[in-house]
Amino acid sequence: MTNSDWTPDQPLVSIKDVHKSFGDLEVLKGVSLDVRQGEVICIIGPSGSGKSTLIRCVNALNTIDSGSIKVEGIEVNDPDLDKLELRKNVGMVFQQYNLFPHKTALENVMMAPIKVLKQSAEEVEERAHALIKRVNLVGKENSYPGELSGGQQQRVAIARSLAMNPDVMLFDEVTAALDPETVNEVLLAIKDLAQDGMTCILVTHEMGFAREVADHIYFTDRGIIVEHGPPATFFTEATDPRTQEFLSQIL
Amino acid sequence: MTSVSKSGAARNRFNATNLAVLKPFKFNPAGQVQDLQFSHWLAEFSPRSLLIIALLFLLWPGFAMAQSNYSFAQALDALWRWLPFIVTKGFLLNLIVSFLTMFIGTIAGVLLGLGQVSPLRPLARLSWFITQLFRNSPWLVLLFIVMLALPFEIEIGGEVYPIPDWLKAVFGLALPIMANISEIVRGAIVSVPTGQWEAAESLAYSRQQTLWMVILPQCFKRMIPPWMNWYAILTMATPLISLLGVEEIITLSRQAMEAEDNHPELLVPFFGFALIIFFAYCYPIARLTIRLEKRFVVRQ
Repeated sequence: MTNSDWTPDQPLVSIKDVHKSFGDLEVLKGVSLDVRQGEVICIIGPSGSGKSTLIRCVNALNTIDSGSIKVEGIEVNDPDLDKLELRKNVGMVFQQYNLFPHKTALENVMMAPIKVLKQSAEEVEERAHALIKRVNLVGKENSYPGELSGGQQQRVAIARSLAMNPDVMLFDEVTAALDPETVNEVLLAIKDLAQDGMTCILVTHEMGFAREVADHIYFTDRGIIVEHGPPATFFTEATDPRTQEFLSQIL
Repeated sequence: MTSVSKSGAARNRFNATNLAVLKPFKFNPAGQVQDLQFSHWLAEFSPRSLLIIALLFLLWPGFAMAQSNYSFAQALDALWRWLPFIVTKGFLLNLIVSFLTMFIGTIAGVLLGLGQVSPLRPLARLSWFITQLFRNSPWLVLLFIVMLALPFEIEIGGEVYPIPDWLKAVFGLALPIMANISEIVRGAIVSVPTGQWEAAESLAYSRQQTLWMVILPQCFKRMIPPWMNWYAILTMATPLISLLGVEEIITLSRQAMEAEDNHPELLVPFFGFALIIFFAYCYPIARLTIRLEKRFVVRQ
């Protein structure tokens, strides 16, 4: 689906002046940001600041009212957009895992490539086993989601998304619903991905993690990006009072 | 339980119309799968209460006996003679009607239920309207309409095929069953968390694929108990079609009683037998329904 105008030296995801309202409530008031290939960005900010809505717009789970979101040159804010083609290249992991409860871990990983991408079952199964190994869940292939811990389910969800070979991964507060002791195993899996060069957009509350893996951090509040910068400077040299207040509460 | 002492005949014939279908209309936006009140009610009969009901039936002729020289034993004897006829010609037809009705009602109901959750607004509204219309109409009225509206014979390729009354009754009963199955399907689909839709969508599943591969397999189990509940209700409602002259168990029982000179002592044995045979058939279904319901609830 790669647009002919787009070349890898341009931003892989380009968000420009995006506005979005739910009824009378305007949750995004002109947000712009770029994500280059292989870059990991973290979006942080208080609850209700529009972070989740923003990344849900990137794979067209939510529509936007105005502005532009381009993924590999494809305009998401286009009535004729082929959402399915877009989503084949954009993976997403949710706060609530959302594994398919009637399928085993391995089947969860294998289903979409076989049914949606029509790839051969043998090839997909080989890839699925490699992914299960990569998220450190060997031995859990035949477990149903209900038999796995939150952290394990979330790692299956990451593997499921990776099985589609996406070009960019969206993580929507993926550790927010987890028990503290399982948060780390999920973060490790994401870190492994990031170091492998996967383009990632994360909405997170894990500041330590953001500092460690992010190339760029965006702080949003009330629908706008208040401040952004590389982690080295962002945490120490925040100038906006809202950012300072948020960081002082979190850190 | 309090209504048990009423005349068995009246109770039997109007059993179904006293149930869920005649309850006031309640919109159910939360989309919970329907409650299984009927199956609960039926399954809650303990073996001891069954014994008490049986005793009541045995005592009753004792009071009636004094007025007539026709003995209870003679009445039982008459029932015994007619029993094979009533069961093989009558009750069997009730069962055939219930099977066919459930078959047609389920197929039509699933389609209608899927129509209700369709993203095409007009189709969803139309399906909703049809569902509510037939769910909230008295069964007997629907039966009469179908009975009078359908032709008594059809011509296919020059050959004339008669449509028997019982087949028309099947179509009539299938309408409310269809509407209730439609609600079961809609409720089950709506009860699946939206996260499942979103997860499937973000893996590039189309809406159809999401529905058939992700959503429906998850709610299939949830639909079985209410589906069985409606089957039991339907079976109990099949004697309604005797009012349309279909020769099912109640019609044949009355014919048999007429042949036995209409002694009033015949009423309790004959209709009591009909009651027992329906109970014997539906009770295990209700018990199984409740068991499945409990199992599926635990596994959720």
